[in-house]
Amino acid sequence: MSYYEPKDLADFPNIGEWATDQGNKFFEYYGAATGAGKLTEREKSLIALTVAMTQNCPYCIDAYTTKCLALGVSSEEMMEAAHVGAAMMAGVTLAHTTQMRKIIKKKEM
Amino acid sequence: MDAREQLRVLGRIGDYPPFVGKIREVQKFPLKAKGIDILQINLGKLCNLSCRHCHVEAGPKRPEVMTKPVMAKCLEILQSVPISTIDITGGAPEMNPHLEWFLAEAAGLQRRLIVRSNLTLLLEEHYRHFLDAFVQNKVEIVTSLPDYVETKSDRQRGTGVFHKVIAAMRELNSRGYGMPGSGLCIDIVHNPVGAYLPGDQAALEHEYHARLLADHGVHFNQLFCLTNLPVGRYLDYLIASDNLEDYLSVLYQSFNPAAVDNVMCLTTLSVGWNGSLYDCDFNQMLDLTVNHGAPNNIMDFDMEKLKNREIVINNHCYGCVAGCGSSCQGATTGA
Repeated sequence: MSYYEPKDLADFPNIGEWATDQGNKFFEYYGAATGAGKLTEREKSLIALTVAMTQNCPYCIDAYTTKCLALGVSSEEMMEAAHVGAAMMAGVTLAHTTQMRKIIKKKEM
Repeated sequence: MDAREQLRVLGRIGDYPPFVGKIREVQKFPLKAKGIDILQINLGKLCNLSCRHCHVEAGPKRPEVMTKPVMAKCLEILQSVPISTIDITGGAPEMNPHLEWFLAEAAGLQRRLIVRSNLTLLLEEHYRHFLDAFVQNKVEIVTSLPDYVETKSDRQRGTGVFHKVIAAMRELNSRGYGMPGSGLCIDIVHNPVGAYLPGDQAALEHEYHARLLADHGVHFNQLFCLTNLPVGRYLDYLIASDNLEDYLSVLYQSFNPAAVDNVMCLTTLSVGWNGSLYDCDFNQMLDLTVNHGAPNNIMDFDMEKLKNREIVINNHCYGCVAGCGSSCQGATTGA
């Protein structure tokens, strides 16, 4: 047994268990946010996949890699998106060195 | 894997109910035909390609080819009953020596006339005459192009196939196919290059139009999304890649009751190369002839019995009712 089981992805529709009202509202919002709008479903799926990888969610990575494949997104396009996520994570980390550097400069003699 | 072995493999679907049980659960059993709008005639398993997903397991060494008497019987029946669409498939239909004669005869019946062609033969000297035959007989061409990316498409169909399809499409475009106002249609079948379901048909059609025009300068009419059913070489692929269990699970979890009402077997009758009758081309490859009292050979055709027949179902049928539904005419629901 592992904490993350691939078959548990099928449990996602049940996450409203014991909080049905909130769960239903979440799914309504989730559907509206990820469905085609000004951005295509394809573009939104690439964004979702990238977020999933930066947030280390194996369920979402599984679901959105498959969805990207289904929508004709190429491996190269997905990898480019991953690099956007990787660059953002690196940038976010390095941008936060501002706080670190400010504290260092304040506290060091 | 022969048909019996394939059915044995499909019989092991783990914790999921057999398709017949699922159909009972949603109170749609028995599935019964609503009529016969499409006569789909499989001219044989002979093909110049050996695609990795092919449920027919067609190829250059297959000896099964429909004879002229069987084709003539199909025409005789079509003359006597109001079946609106003649849908010719294979294998490569062009490799049947009687295709050109059949097209001329069928065109005279004034029905919708479809040929499912892989296009790759059309630029070869021996087969070029079909370019004219298709135009003259106003044949609607349906061709397979699993992806608009060459390398991906060729992984499924063989190296160089994408390039030949594009070249043939350019030739067909120059003759009016896929061009506005010409009345000549060429549609593309998209099926996933791997173990997943096709995405939204409208979104993919938009992408195909844009990419094929920008990258290759070719036009087409509609895109049909087709789910790969676990039959033939695709079943072999699922087993070899250790995807069978997951794929069957996805099919089951994507079960869409609305798609059951639009499944193609309700309005299609499939004719095999030897005249045997089936509810669809997939049943044909699994040797599941029509049953439940309906005649199972074209020589014994009986419209009354066949148009009301009970459909023969098995676990591969989950594929046609997963997600948006799947048929030889693409998705069957907007869901």
